[in-house]
Amino acid sequence: MTQAQLQETANLPAHGSEPSGNHWRTYFSFSTDHKVIGIQYLVTTFIFYLIGGALATAVRTELATPEVDFVSREVYNSLFTVHATVMIFLWIVPATTGGFGNYLVPLLIGARDMAFPRLNALAFWMIPPAGILLLSSFFVGAPGAGWTSYPPLSLVTDQAGEAIWILSVLLLGTSSILAAINFIVTIFKMRIAGMGFNQMPLFCWAMLATSTLALLATPVLAGALILLAFDLLVGTAFFNPAGGGNPIVYQHMFWFYSHPAVYIMILPVFGMISEILPVHARKPIFGYKAIAYSSLAICFLGLIVWAHHMFTSGTPPWLRMFFMITTMVIAVPTGIKVFSWLATIWGGKIRLNSAMLFALGFLSMFVIGGISGVMVAAVPFDIHVHDTYFIVAHIHYVLFGGSVFGLYAGFYHWFPKMTGRMLNETWGQVHFWLNLVGFNLAFLPMHKLGLEGMNRRIAEYEPRFAFLNLICSIGAYILAVSTIPFIVNVIWSWMYGPKAGDNPWKGLTLEWMTSSPPPVENFDADPVLATGPYDYGFGDRATPVNVMFSDSRDPALAAGPNSALRADPDPAVAVSPDDRV
Amino acid sequence: MNIPSSITTMLAGILLTLISIWVGQNHGLMPVQASEAAPLIDGLFNTMMTIGTGLFLLVMGVILVAVFKFRRQPGDETDGSPVHGNIPLEILWTSIPAVIVLGLAIYSFEVYTQIGGLNPMEHSVAHGQPTHQMAHMSGAAIAAPLPSSEAEGRQTLVADAASDGIQAEGAIPGGVIQKEDGSETSITPGVGSMPGAKDPSKEFVIQANGLQYAWIFTYPDSGVVAGELHVPVGREVLLNISASDVIHAFWVPEFRLKQDAVPGQPTELRFTPNRIGEYPVICAELCGPYHGAMRTKVIAESPADFAAWVEEQKVASADGLEQALAVNPAAKAPDEFLAPYVDRLGIQPEMLHQLHSEAEKASHHVSAS
Repeated sequence: MTQAQLQETANLPAHGSEPSGNHWRTYFSFSTDHKVIGIQYLVTTFIFYLIGGALATAVRTELATPEVDFVSREVYNSLFTVHATVMIFLWIVPATTGGFGNYLVPLLIGARDMAFPRLNALAFWMIPPAGILLLSSFFVGAPGAGWTSYPPLSLVTDQAGEAIWILSVLLLGTSSILAAINFIVTIFKMRIAGMGFNQMPLFCWAMLATSTLALLATPVLAGALILLAFDLLVGTAFFNPAGGGNPIVYQHMFWFYSHPAVYIMILPVFGMISEILPVHARKPIFGYKAIAYSSLAICFLGLIVWAHHMFTSGTPPWLRMFFMITTMVIAVPTGIKVFSWLATIWGGKIRLNSAMLFALGFLSMFVIGGISGVMVAAVPFDIHVHDTYFIVAHIHYVLFGGSVFGLYAGFYHWFPKMTGRMLNETWGQVHFWLNLVGFNLAFLPMHKLGLEGMNRRIAEYEPRFAFLNLICSIGAYILAVSTIPFIVNVIWSWMYGPKAGDNPWKGLTLEWMTSSPPPVENFDADPVLATGPYDYGFGDRATPVNVMFSDSRDPALAAGPNSALRADPDPAVAVSPDDRV
Repeated sequence: MNIPSSITTMLAGILLTLISIWVGQNHGLMPVQASEAAPLIDGLFNTMMTIGTGLFLLVMGVILVAVFKFRRQPGDETDGSPVHGNIPLEILWTSIPAVIVLGLAIYSFEVYTQIGGLNPMEHSVAHGQPTHQMAHMSGAAIAAPLPSSEAEGRQTLVADAASDGIQAEGAIPGGVIQKEDGSETSITPGVGSMPGAKDPSKEFVIQANGLQYAWIFTYPDSGVVAGELHVPVGREVLLNISASDVIHAFWVPEFRLKQDAVPGQPTELRFTPNRIGEYPVICAELCGPYHGAMRTKVIAESPADFAAWVEEQKVASADGLEQALAVNPAAKAPDEFLAPYVDRLGIQPEMLHQLHSEAEKASHHVSAS
């Protein structure tokens, strides 16, 4: 009996008797079922992703040629401002935490719903009005001061649009805080008996770290935006130098949230990758505790790195040095995760389906973003590349190559559970390769553009950058087109796809132990943990496999027979006589 | 032939190292080096590029080998080997990156010190008594341009695009502002009061003022005001940066240096140009719709050429300055200043006199009754 069969047999009493057949109207209602809310989040945010993508395509169309010939300069500034705001606050943050977090956390810990179902629904229903509000700003002159909205520029351009932007982001921030409280309480209080913190699936660890960050940092952004609104609407001068205010204070408050926001966007994806890789590599996650605790380390460090966005803002040197070192240290817990994932797939029996392709694509692309992240942490180098296309490339390698690839991996992996039907594999692979090629064409050349001297947020640029920009624009179009196979695949498969069954991937985590889609309240009885969430291969195996570098006593891994890195003393040269043979 | 895995691993490692080192030296991603700081920063970048390439190749290599070597065979429904961790390996890949980032931090710190980043003067200028600065700035430079900043900026832009005559046309209103700024910056406690920092006689001080959408450079030594930055090579330049309206950033890619210009909070940037040539000066902080057009150039020239340019500017601006003074309202008595306007309105002194006396009579009547 394989581990999956073991877990399934043990959970037969908990298995949902009938799949839920939600009427389509349920998805437009104030439902308190976490699965309905999760799908509401995912569909809503994906629509906003398409809107944000359309804005990005417009930006790239303008940048295809050096002249200003597609939209006016004012509209161009609004395009990239709203693009960034939509992608961050209406797509990645709510899709990773609200969407997958809501759908998966109760299922993974064996709970029947979130701790506060009504609060959960409220948090979701704040999102569509806030998003529509933001987009409606195009009718009155959309905000054009960048998503960072630095004063004094944000105080003097498009005031109506700016006020709408502030209100919209405040609403979205409130939604995020409410969701964060819900996740923390759910994870602390509603795990099934027998599931301690160290038996929790890693996605729950990631959500715990994410929610802590959201809870600690978002109120500071709210504070900054409320003060900015006073400056804008009432004429106070908190940040307005004309009245004696200090614009740098806004930058500190803004980045105190907005740097952790990067981790709010990437940590849940880290969690999803930690779930997806072991299932499709048929191997336990490598270094469970290291991955779990490194999430907490990233959460802590993420709170003390914000001023690295301000190395050129006239910050004092000691402050630059402090933030440089803390930023670089984040590479260590992030590296632990990346190496642990590599070790997870090493020696597995990899099913190279769409979910796995996107997970491996995430790993490859995120590594580039991580490396350029360490580079820009170095103050002298950052002074050169700050506010250039190098930074644009870096954030897109982290947020698209990282978060969005991870989100797609999540869609392909959990779609059978959410809908009870399988996605088409061929179109999934077409989607992946189009995405990978388009993404790299669009963003890889930007590194060079930035280093050569192209600054960001400009509608016109020097003709010598025309060729690389054209390549970027072509990549952006491929990226735009690549969503079509995905959308068609999802809609067609949702209606006519082959039935998935309860556990199509033979996973061990508890969401696979109930029907697909799970019934209201998920389980008929409390599920049990017959095996751990990642115990693949622990049962009887037909053929033992010989995997190189899998033995910790291998001298190649432990740096020689008498290395301190060895777990066991070598019998030939052990220090203690008792250990010698 | 069956090659032992340790040998293939070693060969792969050597190849990876060689490729990384080669890429680190030959990536060709940076523009020319035109300042003393540029080679230091490029050295840091090359090091990070070497490490980064190695790491990327390692990760990609592991992924590709795993995908091809450890693919599930059709029909094999069993699981992989139950390896769930390896403490020595985990210690290894925690400590090696930790050592690498620590080394990078120390290297960056070293470069930062060498390019003058830890100069205490910068600290005192950027953060010394900000309230004092703002009190002065708000009257002199900020309050005035804010309402009209966009119109003024566009004018300047047009002037910039139209010809090189920016010094004569566009720069004069900004120049007046800048002069007031300049005098204030120079009385800031800290500048000139740090005897141990650097020999003040050696550095060449220039004021840079950013406004929507142009830079105004003022040379306090000679009083020259220009829209392009001329600097002599081989001499340390101290750029005192201020902003009149919104945040701008002064960036010269060939110098590898950038500093924000923050309204109400003077900042400074030091660099030593060492290569004759023309390089772009780019505003790197979003400052409004015409942000992309806010660019000028820095002309690094030999000290002789630079001196000649300064003389030329003095001569050229002498006339311009007199003209400017001739219409400068502050330099005239109110009568003198208003005379042409009164003329234009067609008001004669007699008429005024008459009106005045009539009004006086009327008021006498009122007070008498």
